[in-house]
Order: sequence, then structure tokens, then C-alpha cells
Amino acid sequence: MSPTAAVALAATYQHPALAAVETRGFLSPAGVEIAFLLVGLVTLGAAIVTVTTRQLVHAALWLVVALGGLAVEYLLLTAEFIAWVQVLIYVGSVVVLLLFGLMLTRAPIGRSPDADSGNRWAALTVAVAAAAALVWVVVDAFRTTWIDLDVPAAGSTRTTGESLFQNWVLPFEALSVLLLAALVGAIVLSRKAKPEPVEPKPSTPATGSAPATGSAPTTGSGPTIGSAPTIGSAPAPAPAPAEAPAAPAAADAPDPSEGGVR
Amino acid sequence: MHLAYPVVLSALLFCTGLYGVLARRNAILVLMSVELMLNAVNLNLVAFDVWLSKAAEETLRSGQALTLFTITIAAAEIGIGLAIVLAVHRNRGTADIDRLRDTAERPERSEKAEASA
Repeated sequence: MSPTAAVALAATYQHPALAAVETRGFLSPAGVEIAFLLVGLVTLGAAIVTVTTRQLVHAALWLVVALGGLAVEYLLLTAEFIAWVQVLIYVGSVVVLLLFGLMLTRAPIGRSPDADSGNRWAALTVAVAAAAALVWVVVDAFRTTWIDLDVPAAGSTRTTGESLFQNWVLPFEALSVLLLAALVGAIVLSRKAKPEPVEPKPSTPATGSAPATGSAPTTGSGPTIGSAPTIGSAPAPAPAPAEAPAAPAAADAPDPSEGGVR
Repeated sequence: MHLAYPVVLSALLFCTGLYGVLARRNAILVLMSVELMLNAVNLNLVAFDVWLSKAAEETLRSGQALTLFTITIAAAEIGIGLAIVLAVHRNRGTADIDRLRDTAERPERSEKAEASA
């Protein structure tokens, strides 16, 4: 008796959801849903090619397809301003920055066999498990939830600007300060070692006394970035003997090997 | 539109980016995968904002505002990240994450040093 009751309970439990699905026509999707699905397939395919291709420059170019597809999805979701910001910032600047980064790190043109690390199967397992869990939870949670796209555009420039400058002014201004900090930080990080010609000057009078040579690199290593290029690009013989007594043998061992590689 | 479409696409994109972060060796490819993950989050935010657009006065349109903030922070992140990768490449001659093991655990390294000695 109890199994039939359970079945009947399950039937009555599932019925409203199915009815709600059928009234909205789950099996006959609207045109915008079909467009969303097709663009989503293109986006997902481009993203998968981005993370699996062995040609580094092609990965950046497929990323353009994925991000552009996402901009189309934003347009389909009536978020117009975000769509154009996406095109402007991601496709216009981020991918260009990535291509410049690939160029400056001397990425090989053509197939590079070691683009993937050795743990790609573990990564694949983790990603598939996460995808399965997330999709299951999300589909189960939002099975009967519908977006009403017939209302006037939720993300037009007017409404976005009004909300941004009425309710979100303080975070907006704080974000501009953060962008300034990021700009200054990127410039400081990527600056060539200007203090390098200045650095041998204290070391040349300091060669007379052994403790003074130990103190000279420590003052130079206050800005760690400033001192690091002198280690890598040290053609001058002056810093090399200064480091040899200061650094232990364990820290000294990697340096000649990397100098030999490049 | 069914809310499951954008949300499922966002989940799949996020997991694609997760695979890229875990499986890639070049640091710039890892940054690309991070961008994919951030974009998945953006799609989620936009979808939920449009879903709740009836209550736009109560939610302050927080979804789209947060999406704009995320895009800005992603731009800052990619700038700083590329600067760090370039500095590492300039100093070490490589941008491969597998080879940057300076902060690996000490005992393993001392064993290697003893084995090589």
C-alpha cells in the first residue's frame, strides 16, 4: 500500500512542475531561445577550443569568438550596454593585451607540444565533475523559472547609467582609484631595471670590505622587482661575486642553469 | 526565456575555464582561462538581473552594475597579471607554471640536492 501511495505522491508532486513547463512550451522554444542556444553552442565550442588547442595564438583568437558570443548573449538578454562594454573591453583590449603578452614571452608559432601540463586528466575529471554537479543543481533549482523578455529593455544605456550614477556612485569612484592603482602597478612591474646602472656604483666602492658587499644587495632588494632583473640579466661581473657570499649554495644552484637555458 | 539556458551555459563556461586553469602550463593560457571563468560569472549576473528586472527598484539593478565592476576588475587583473608574467619571463626565461617551483616544500628539494650531490 505504501509504495503506491509514494508513487501517487510523486505523481502529484511532479505534476505542477510539468504543467508549468508545458504551459510555457518547453518543447517548442521561442525564437530568442533558439538563437540563445545556437550562439551558446558556438560560445561553448570556442571556449573548449581555447582551453585545449596547442597553438597559443589560436587560443587567443578563439577566445575572441567566445567573448564575442557572450556579447551576443548579453544582447539577447536585453543587456545592451553590457554587451557593448564586453566588445569594447574584452575583445578590444584584453585579447590584444593577451596577444602582446604571447608575443613578449616569445610564444612559439605553431604547435607547442607542452601546452598542457601532466595533470590534464585530473583537471578533466575535476572539470567534468564540477560541470555535472553545477548543471544538475542549477537545472533542478530553476526548472520552473522564466525570464520575461517582453518588458522594455532592462539594460539599456539610460537605465544602466541612471542606476550606476544614482545608487552605485561610491563603488564606481572607488573602482576608478583601483584602476589607477592597477595602472601604476603594471607600469612599475613592467619597467626595465632603471636602477641597474646605479647599482654597480655602490658595489664598486664596497668591494673593499666584505660586510659592505653583503649590505649593498640588501639595500637594492628593498624593491624586489628592481633587484630581480639584475640577477637575471647580470652581464656585469660586479653583482655576481657580491651574491656569492650572501646567498647559500641552494639558492645559487638554480641561477646558472637558467642562465644557461636562455 | 527559460532561466536554465543562460545559467547552464554559464556553468559550462565556468567549468571550461576551470579545466583550462588546472590543465594549462603556459601562464598566459591560464590567464585566458581565468577570463573565461570571469565571463561565466558575468553571464550569471546578467541573467539573474534580467530575471529580477520586475523588482529593479528594490535590487538597485545590482546585477548589471556588478557586471560592469567585474569587467573593470578583470581588465585591471589582466594588466597586472601580464606584467607579472612578463617580469617572471624576463627574470627566469620561462613562463611555464610547472617550472616556477621556488616555493615548493623544502624537504623534497634538499633530497634532490643530496641525490645530485
